[in-house]
Amino acid sequence: MASFTRRKFLKVAGSAAAVSSLGFPAIVGAASKKVVIVGGGVSGATTAKYIRMADSSIDVTLVEPNKEYYTCFMSNEVLSGHRTMESIKVTYDGLRGHGVNVIHDTVTDIDAAGKKVMTAGGKTLAFDRCVVAPGISFIDNIEGYDGDAMKAMPHAWKAGEQTVILRKQLEAMPDGGVVAIAAPPNPFRCPPGPYERACQIAMYLQAKKPKSKLIIMDSKDKFSKFGLFKQAFSRYFPNHIEWVAAKAGGKVTRVDAKSNTLYVGDTAHKVDVANVIPAQRAGAIAIKAGLTNDKGWCPIDGRTFESTMQKGIHVVGDASIAAPLPKSGYAANSEGKVCAAAIVDMLNGRTPGDPALVNTCYSIVGPNDAISVAMVYDLQEGKLAKVKGSGGLTPKDASAEMRGREVQYAYSWFENIKNDSWG
Amino acid sequence: MGCNKKALVALIGSVFMAGASQVLADPSALMMANTCAGCHGTEGKSVGPASPNLAGISEAYFIDSMNAFKEGTRPATIMDRIAKGYSESQIESMAGYFASLPVYKASVPHDAGKAQMGADVYDKGCAKCHDENGALADDDAGILAGQWLPWLKYSMADFQSGHREMPKKMKKAVKKLSDDEIEAVLHFFASQK
Repeated sequence: MASFTRRKFLKVAGSAAAVSSLGFPAIVGAASKKVVIVGGGVSGATTAKYIRMADSSIDVTLVEPNKEYYTCFMSNEVLSGHRTMESIKVTYDGLRGHGVNVIHDTVTDIDAAGKKVMTAGGKTLAFDRCVVAPGISFIDNIEGYDGDAMKAMPHAWKAGEQTVILRKQLEAMPDGGVVAIAAPPNPFRCPPGPYERACQIAMYLQAKKPKSKLIIMDSKDKFSKFGLFKQAFSRYFPNHIEWVAAKAGGKVTRVDAKSNTLYVGDTAHKVDVANVIPAQRAGAIAIKAGLTNDKGWCPIDGRTFESTMQKGIHVVGDASIAAPLPKSGYAANSEGKVCAAAIVDMLNGRTPGDPALVNTCYSIVGPNDAISVAMVYDLQEGKLAKVKGSGGLTPKDASAEMRGREVQYAYSWFENIKNDSWG
Repeated sequence: MGCNKKALVALIGSVFMAGASQVLADPSALMMANTCAGCHGTEGKSVGPASPNLAGISEAYFIDSMNAFKEGTRPATIMDRIAKGYSESQIESMAGYFASLPVYKASVPHDAGKAQMGADVYDKGCAKCHDENGALADDDAGILAGQWLPWLKYSMADFQSGHREMPKKMKKAVKKLSDDEIEAVLHFFASQK
């Protein structure tokens, strides 16, 4: 730091006094408008940006531990080698450009009554409205899947280091090896994710390790975009993907990380690469702050995304119970905008208007082949609901031309949602 | 459809009246339009590589497109499913929002040589209806200037295959063009800044 002379000090102090004597009357007249956002994933970032876009007089602080965030969406393309980690990386510079105060720190507690957020770095942040966007945490439903096992048998369900571990394991695996994906029970982040992942990894195996095989060991008997995925499995990967339903002995209950073994009851399946995705609930801070129900997710009011358990705190993204919206990136982005609009209205003494939401979700299932699901949502009798007649899946008989266009639109979705959330 | 401005004025008039007689409250135009941004970009400015920009497109074109998606008369991957989620008044309200934004021309990768050749094609075949190098939204034609090339190509392929109906004047003009000329003029539109 530069040396601080007495004369310089007087100058600075003088100018500070001048500013405050001018600024003070204006501040006295205005209501306090402070928002603290916990978590800088899709929904937290979108909420921050859209509050600032709608009302730049609102003071928005976003607390996020990581300086760089890796999107879960499109991370399956990193596993196939079709995409780099760099391409799924975002920073917080865009939000700073919108005047969001981004702090890289970890929130340790939220005091709803006292309206303040505490951080590991020792900060106490006062708020008028708080937004909790913590994403997911894992439930201990698989015996033996502890911290060390997570490194040996990566979940890769939060993109970043975990994605890199899984990709390296795939690269190191010999031709003829077996890859297993242990798919989680409902509800979980990104319902089509495990099955798109299977297609992406299978594309890699076909190209580089054709004698290898992938098994999906499922905790369920059915899953998102079921018919379309089954079609893709048999169309492109008849010799490379096998799906085992829970009822057929697919539900993994225990793992032994040292021997790379998955157990279904007493039956052992030794594999070469194990991608174990545990059951999920809301991120830990939501549980600590008393925002979760007995199932571990956060009930909210569909108009404002304000918690029904703690006043003044909103919950958006995967942690919230926004059904019939799925726990998807697009839904998180859409929820962030509804929450932002509601907060702007509430802080300005207006009644929040009716919400409008959309989900659009693409899965890239083969070479130049993507499928999608879409839906429009609104508020019906006070509850989030599907708009009748809207939405649905890619038709099973869609032409190769249209499926190829869906790939290009999937990439457009990716670039635009990144930019819309963090840009 | 065509470049009939009288019809457009009449259409906007009817839109206005329909909007005024609407009793049920809808979500605000901005609330609904914001749901499009995940694919079409914040404030309708797409960062590509394929989704079209919506910023600055005319009300008539937006309404016409959404209705065609709804009815299945315009080929779609996903927009047919999404358009069905909105009432007439909601579509009109979103149309008003996007029309109120300044036209946005993206920086689209293109072949400069083709774009140059396309300028002549444009002058002789397209300029009459797609004014100002495809950047004028003053009628029922879409904004073509600064649109993403894959989308321009898909749109033209759908017109040529007959899956999307061409206005009579466009049909006549397109008939006279070779494949190379069509390719060139699409690069010309994409190159507009």
